[in-house]
Amino acid sequence: MSAVSASLAPAGLPQDATGSSRVDHLVVLGLVEPGSRVLDVGCGDGSLLALLRDRRGVDGRGIELSRQGVNACLALGLPVIQGDADTDLAAYPDDAFDYVILSQTIQATRQPKVVLEHLLRIGRRAIVSFPNFGHWRVRSELLLRGRMPVTDILPDPWYETPNIHHCTIRDFVGLCRVVGARIERASALDASGHPMRFALPWWVWNLVGTQGVFLLRRG
Amino acid sequence: MATPLLKSGIEAASQAVEPTSPVARFAADEPLAMDAGVDLAPWQIAYQTAGTLNAARSNAVLVCHALTGDQHVANTHPVTGKPGWWERLVGPGKPVDTDRYFVICANVVGSCMGTTGPASINPATGRAYGLDFPLVTVRDMVRGQAMLLDRLGIKDLFLCIGGSMGGMQVLQWAASYPERVFAAMPIATGARHSAQNIAFHEVGRQAILADPNWHGGRYLDVGTRPAKGLGVARMGAHITYLSEPALHRKFGRRLQDRDAPTFSFDADFQIESYLRHQGITFVERFDANAYLYLTRAMDYFDLAADHGGVLANAFRGTRTRFCIMSFTSDWLFPTADSRAIVHALNAAAAPVAFVEVESDKGHDAFLLDEPAMISAARGFIAAAGRERGL
Repeated sequence: MSAVSASLAPAGLPQDATGSSRVDHLVVLGLVEPGSRVLDVGCGDGSLLALLRDRRGVDGRGIELSRQGVNACLALGLPVIQGDADTDLAAYPDDAFDYVILSQTIQATRQPKVVLEHLLRIGRRAIVSFPNFGHWRVRSELLLRGRMPVTDILPDPWYETPNIHHCTIRDFVGLCRVVGARIERASALDASGHPMRFALPWWVWNLVGTQGVFLLRRG
Repeated sequence: MATPLLKSGIEAASQAVEPTSPVARFAADEPLAMDAGVDLAPWQIAYQTAGTLNAARSNAVLVCHALTGDQHVANTHPVTGKPGWWERLVGPGKPVDTDRYFVICANVVGSCMGTTGPASINPATGRAYGLDFPLVTVRDMVRGQAMLLDRLGIKDLFLCIGGSMGGMQVLQWAASYPERVFAAMPIATGARHSAQNIAFHEVGRQAILADPNWHGGRYLDVGTRPAKGLGVARMGAHITYLSEPALHRKFGRRLQDRDAPTFSFDADFQIESYLRHQGITFVERFDANAYLYLTRAMDYFDLAADHGGVLANAFRGTRTRFCIMSFTSDWLFPTADSRAIVHALNAAAAPVAFVEVESDKGHDAFLLDEPAMISAARGFIAAAGRERGL
């Protein structure tokens, strides 16, 4: 696996032009070819889609659960459907998009494996980011305090969190193998949300990365 | 009660023949080619406009009305004196902003507010068409509207918008004339009429046919109106426009102007009184035969069937941007119907937005003050306007 990690550090991030954009959005931006067709599943207020449209000339679509999010997208001129990743992906045809993005959402789906399979079916590539449950702070909360972790990226107590399927970066790599996804690029983000610069072994990423970001395609 | 009713009935009938709205008249050599295989000629279409057409003729909005609606979308109704039926959405500063857009709303073919329909005079006989009028389809309505736009010199629409049967017309517009529709908003509608909806319509039609004053559809010749039958049809249909929670909230089991049940079939309950009122006021403004024809048009609507059974084929290659809207408590056109449209548009790679508005007001919600609907419409239309350069 360390052979994979050697080529993983995201290149060419527009670090000098971050503006007010979220760093993890800029990481995704760096993975998307200009002019491509993109579906953002769980697109929230549409800020990533708007960024992709304005900076990459992307033809973007979105799915969002909350009506407030959908309304914000409508006002930005983004074609976004009020819907649910668990139920609505099945209706999309094969190869409809160049990229399907699932940002910080897979751990909140009922069937992460089925969702991931749909992403790889609908899109030629999938971009998946998620909070790393293997981060050292998470581990230490469990190990030392014996409590379900509450951290910056996992801020809700266990009884209120929407995240029902936590996984570590290593777990996700395992799922990719199960569904036959090829990992084209991957990176871990540090506590400030910036990609970790150097090619490090997986166990390091799994320990110090707060988020994993993966670019996948069908194997 | 009888005198004003009769007077209004006469006013409604006169609107069918001599409407107060502007009318576009099409002569014998400009027929409306109807799906029934008939060339309707001469024929006319009554319409209202609001706002100003810009020099580029790029800001036209067509509002499509529902089953018992009419062209008076944003102006006082000439028969009832009530405000326009969609003034919450259409007007100065509203989402369909008449300060920016040129709004057209035309009475559909087969209706009774000035556009040719069964209450119009058949030039071949000098009497009202009655059942001699050809069966009307949603596609016929849209063809008629397209001919009106041609007459007005409007090549394409910035926006086509409507709810219920109006939403069916919007979908038909997008399928029949994709190059003429920049943005489309079908609200609380479906790409086909369900078996349950056809069933309710059939009950309404049978009520009209069973009224002895219907006279085989020739009631205008003998100076009667099937008011009972049409009223019952409206009462039944009105229930389908509401929802159980809305009925309960508005009426519950409360009694009408009395302290105890009368042990009779008088309107003891408020809901009975309300429905009777709905029936009576509807009869004042609507023609019974038009009701038969327009309910039939909705029943026949099945956009997928017109395209090899695949709804996505109706929108193949479209460049129109869509915003679909449904309401959680609408059981006449439930959210599943809207989702079927969304899925078809996705399959056709069309840009589509979809909003399900939380409401307990049933199908009628699209006509009512639903802030979530209005804000979503405002966002979509304003963004489309920017893309259109308006």
